[in-house]
Amino acid sequence: MSDETDRPAERDPRIPHVAWQNEGLLFERSSPGRIGVTLPASGVDETPLDELLPDGLLRAEVEGLPELSEVDVVRHFTRISRKNYALDLGLYPLGSCTMKYNPRINEDMARLPGLAGSHPLQPESTVQGNLALFWALERALIALTGLERVSLHPAAGAHGEFAGIVMARAALGRRGEGRKYVLIPDSAHGTNPASARFAGFEVKELLSNAQGTLDLADLEREMTGDVAALMLTVPNTLGVFENHIREIADIVHGKGGFLYCDGANFNAFVGKARPGDMGVDVLHMNLHKTFTTPHGGGGPGAGPVGVASELVPFLPVPTVERGESGFYLDFDRPHSIGRIRSFHAQFGMLIRALAYIMSMGGEGLRQVAENAVLNANYVRKGLEGTYHLPYSSPSMHEVVFSDKIQHEAHHVTTLDIAKRLMDYGFHPPTIYFPLIVSGALMIEPTETVGRQELDHFIEAMKEIAREAAEDPDLVRGAPYTTPVRRCDEARAARHPILRWKPDGE
Amino acid sequence: MLESLGIDSVDRLFDSLGDLVLDAPVDLPGPLSDDELREYFGRLEGMNRVPGRDLASFLGAGAYRHATPAVVDHLLLRGEFLTVYTPYQPEFSQGTLQAIFEFQTFICLLTGLDVANASLYEGATAFTEAVLMADRIQKKRRRVVVSRGIHPHYRATLRSYARNLDLEIVEVGWDASGRTDPAALEAAVDAETICVAVQSPNYFGVVEPWATASGIAHRAGALSIAVVAEALSMALLESPGAGGCDIAVGEAQSFGLPLSFGGPYLGFMAVREEHKRAMPGRLAGETVDADGERAWVLTLATREQHIRREKATSNICTNQALCALAATIYLALHGKVGLRRLAEINLQRAAALKRRLAAEAGAGAAAAFSGPIFNELTVRADEPVPELLAGLQADGILAGVALGEDYPELADCFVLAVTEANPPADAERLVRALAARTGAAQAV
Repeated sequence: MSDETDRPAERDPRIPHVAWQNEGLLFERSSPGRIGVTLPASGVDETPLDELLPDGLLRAEVEGLPELSEVDVVRHFTRISRKNYALDLGLYPLGSCTMKYNPRINEDMARLPGLAGSHPLQPESTVQGNLALFWALERALIALTGLERVSLHPAAGAHGEFAGIVMARAALGRRGEGRKYVLIPDSAHGTNPASARFAGFEVKELLSNAQGTLDLADLEREMTGDVAALMLTVPNTLGVFENHIREIADIVHGKGGFLYCDGANFNAFVGKARPGDMGVDVLHMNLHKTFTTPHGGGGPGAGPVGVASELVPFLPVPTVERGESGFYLDFDRPHSIGRIRSFHAQFGMLIRALAYIMSMGGEGLRQVAENAVLNANYVRKGLEGTYHLPYSSPSMHEVVFSDKIQHEAHHVTTLDIAKRLMDYGFHPPTIYFPLIVSGALMIEPTETVGRQELDHFIEAMKEIAREAAEDPDLVRGAPYTTPVRRCDEARAARHPILRWKPDGE
Repeated sequence: MLESLGIDSVDRLFDSLGDLVLDAPVDLPGPLSDDELREYFGRLEGMNRVPGRDLASFLGAGAYRHATPAVVDHLLLRGEFLTVYTPYQPEFSQGTLQAIFEFQTFICLLTGLDVANASLYEGATAFTEAVLMADRIQKKRRRVVVSRGIHPHYRATLRSYARNLDLEIVEVGWDASGRTDPAALEAAVDAETICVAVQSPNYFGVVEPWATASGIAHRAGALSIAVVAEALSMALLESPGAGGCDIAVGEAQSFGLPLSFGGPYLGFMAVREEHKRAMPGRLAGETVDADGERAWVLTLATREQHIRREKATSNICTNQALCALAATIYLALHGKVGLRRLAEINLQRAAALKRRLAAEAGAGAAAAFSGPIFNELTVRADEPVPELLAGLQADGILAGVALGEDYPELADCFVLAVTEANPPADAERLVRALAARTGAAQAV
C-alpha cells in the first residue's frame, strides 16, 4: 500500500547501503561447484541411470537449483532471519493469535530421538510410548474442556473446524436430517464460514448487537429446524464473553442443532471454565495459541477437536484406545467421518503441547487465563480515551480499539498506526479485524509479558496518537527503521511475481 | 495492576462467566520442572523401538527416513524464525517472506510448473485441495478419476471431503507393470470428468509416466493432477510439468523433516500460471518498498478465507511455514548436484536390493510388477505377509508395510523403501533374513 504521503528515505547517510538490502535470493548467490552436504557412497554396483529409468522417465539436471556451501547457507538464513521481528524480541500483541512465549523445553522434548524418529506405520507394539502420549494429551484436553473425547488429528484450527462441523453433519445424517444451514456471527473468523462451506453447508450470518454479542431474539428467529449448527467463538473476536452462552446452547439444542465453539480464544478461560459446562457440543483448540507450540512463521499448527458424547461415534479415524495388551489405534468405527489426513496427527506439536500442560499443571493454567485477561484489561485501561473503544462490554483476553479518533481528526488510519508502532519496536496488533469494527486494532498481550513492557507499549501507542495529531505525515510515512519501508502490496497483487526464474526464462 | 483497574481481585474480570467459573483447578499432572519433563518424556521414549536405532527399517509408504544435515535444525531453532506469526506485516517479516518465496521457487523448479504456494498441511490434504481446486475450475463436471496407485490415506481423505460436496470418485486399477492401467483409465474418463490424478512413484513404488494420464485427461477436457509422495524423486524423474500435468501436489517430508510419527509434514502444490487465482493457500510475491527496494509480501489474498469467507478457495489459514523453511534450507544445502546425487544413491541402493532379492530367490521368476522403481519396491512373499513381517520384526527388522489391508488382491505383498539411511549391510541383513525364513521372497 504505497501511498502518496511517503516521505523521502530518512536513512542515516553515514550508514553504507549494505547488509539488509544486499542479501539476495539463494538462487542469486549460487556459485558452480559448491555443495553444502557430504553424501555417503552408494556402496553398491551402480547401473546406468537410463537403464533404470528408460523411456524418458529420467529428467535432465534441474535447471536453476543453486550451488552453495554450508557456510553460505548458514549465513544466508541467519541474515534473513534478522529481518524478522519475533516474539523472542518483544511484545507481539496480535489479537486472536495468542502470541505467547514458546518454552524451549518443549522443543527439546519434541526432538527426543525415540519420539521424533518413529515412523507412522510402525507396528503398534513398537510405538507404545507415542500412543501413551496421545492418550495422555487427550485426557488432559478432556479435563480442560469438559467434553467426552478429543480427536488429535486436525493439522490446524481450520482443519479442526472442518472435522467438527462434518461430525455434526454426520450425526444429523444418521438422524435422517439433511439440514442445510450453519449460523455464524458477523464477528467470526473467516475460517468458520469457509469450513462450513467445505462441509457442504450454506452460511447464514448473524448480526452482533450493541454489546458485541449475539442477539438472543435474532438467534431464536434464525435457529430453525433447517439449521445444523451455530458456530460461535468464545470469547468472541471482540474479546467479549457471551454471557448468555447457556441460553444460546438451549436455543440451539431446542431446535436439534449443535453448538460449535471456535476455541481460538480458549486462552481467555483455559483452566478457569470448561466449554462442556457451557453446553458446547464441538470445540476445536489451536495448540499453537493456548498451548504454546511455536507459530513458526505461520505453521505448523495443530487443531484438536473435542466433542460431546452424541458426536463421539463420528470422530475421525483412527482413535487411540487402551486395551489389555496396551494402547492401539482403532479404525473399526463404522460411523466415523473417515480419515481427514495421512497418518495420525501433527505429532511433534502434540509433544510440545503436552509438555506445556504438564509444566503448568491445573493451577498454573488457571493463572494463565487470569493473567492473560488482567494484561488485556490493563492495556484497555491505559489506552481508553486515547483510542476509540467501539464496544464497552467487559474485555477478556483481548481488547479491540479503532482508529476513529485519529482517522476523523487527522486522516491517520489503523494501517499507519500499525506501521508506526514498528518504529517503536513493537509488532502491531491484529488490524482491520473483526470486520464489524471499522479500522479495528485488536490487541492481545497474553500472559507472558510483564507490566514494564505493557507500560512501554501503552506509552508508544499514546505517543503515536500524539504524533497523529501533531505531525500526521510522520505517522503516514512509517515505518522508517525496519529492514524495508512500507511495502507496495497493491503492486504485488497487480503484477504478481511469485518465484525466481533462471536467466532466459 | 489490580489497583490501577480499580478492582480487588482478578475474579472480577471473570464476572461475565457467572457460575461457569470452576471452584477448583482442573485436575492435571504437573507442574513439572524441566528435569521432571525430561524424565517423563524419556520414559515414553523408552516405550518405543525406533527405526535406525533399535530396528533396521525399510518402512516408507509416504513417510521416508532420510539423513538431515545438522544445519537445518540449528537454523530452525533461531527465535527469529521459530517465534514469529504469519507474515501479514511485511516490514517486520522479510525473513519469513523471502524464505517462502525461495520455497515456492524450489517447488516450481522441481515440479516444472509455474506457480507454487507457501505449502499446505501434508500430502493427503494437499491432494484433496488439488481435486477441490480442479472442481472449482471445471464447474459443471462432477466426476473425479483417481488411480488406485495413489496413497490409500490420500484417497481416504479425499473421500471424507468429497462426501459432503457431491463429487463422484472413480478409482482405476493397475496393470502388470504396477502402473495405472492406461486402458482402464481411458475408459473411465469422459466429458463429465473433472480431473485425472496419478501418483508417481506410486504406492507400489513404480514410476509412472505422467504423459499417459495427462494425455488422456486433456483429450477429454479434464485437468491432470500429479501426486508425488516422495519428493526426492523429483530430482531424478521427469517433472509433472514436463509430463503435461496441470497441478502437482504431494508430500515434501523427505526434505529435512523428521518422521515424527507422521507429522508435522509438508504438503506442497504447484500449478500452471492460468490457474494461480484458483489456488488455495498463501502466496508470497515480490514487490518494492517506499524507497523502491526489493521486498516481499503475501499476495493475491483475495482468494483466501479472511477476505472471501465462505467464497474462499479453501478454509486453510496456515501453511506449514517452519516445515517449508526446513525444506528450503535442506534444498539449499544439497543444491543442484547434491540433490541429484542423493536421489541416485536412493535409486541405486533400491535397484541393488531388487536385484539381490531376485538372485536369492532364483532369477527368472515371473515379475507381476515389472515397472521401473525409484526407492521403493513391492515384494511378493510365499509366506503370509503378517506372519512374515512379525517374524522379521522379531529379528530386529521392520521390513515394510503390508498391502493387504488397502489392496485385498495384494495380500501376499508388502512395500519396502531403501534410502541413503539404509546402509547396504542393512539390505544384506534383510535378504538373508528373508531367505532364511522362506527362501522364496522375490521382487516382483
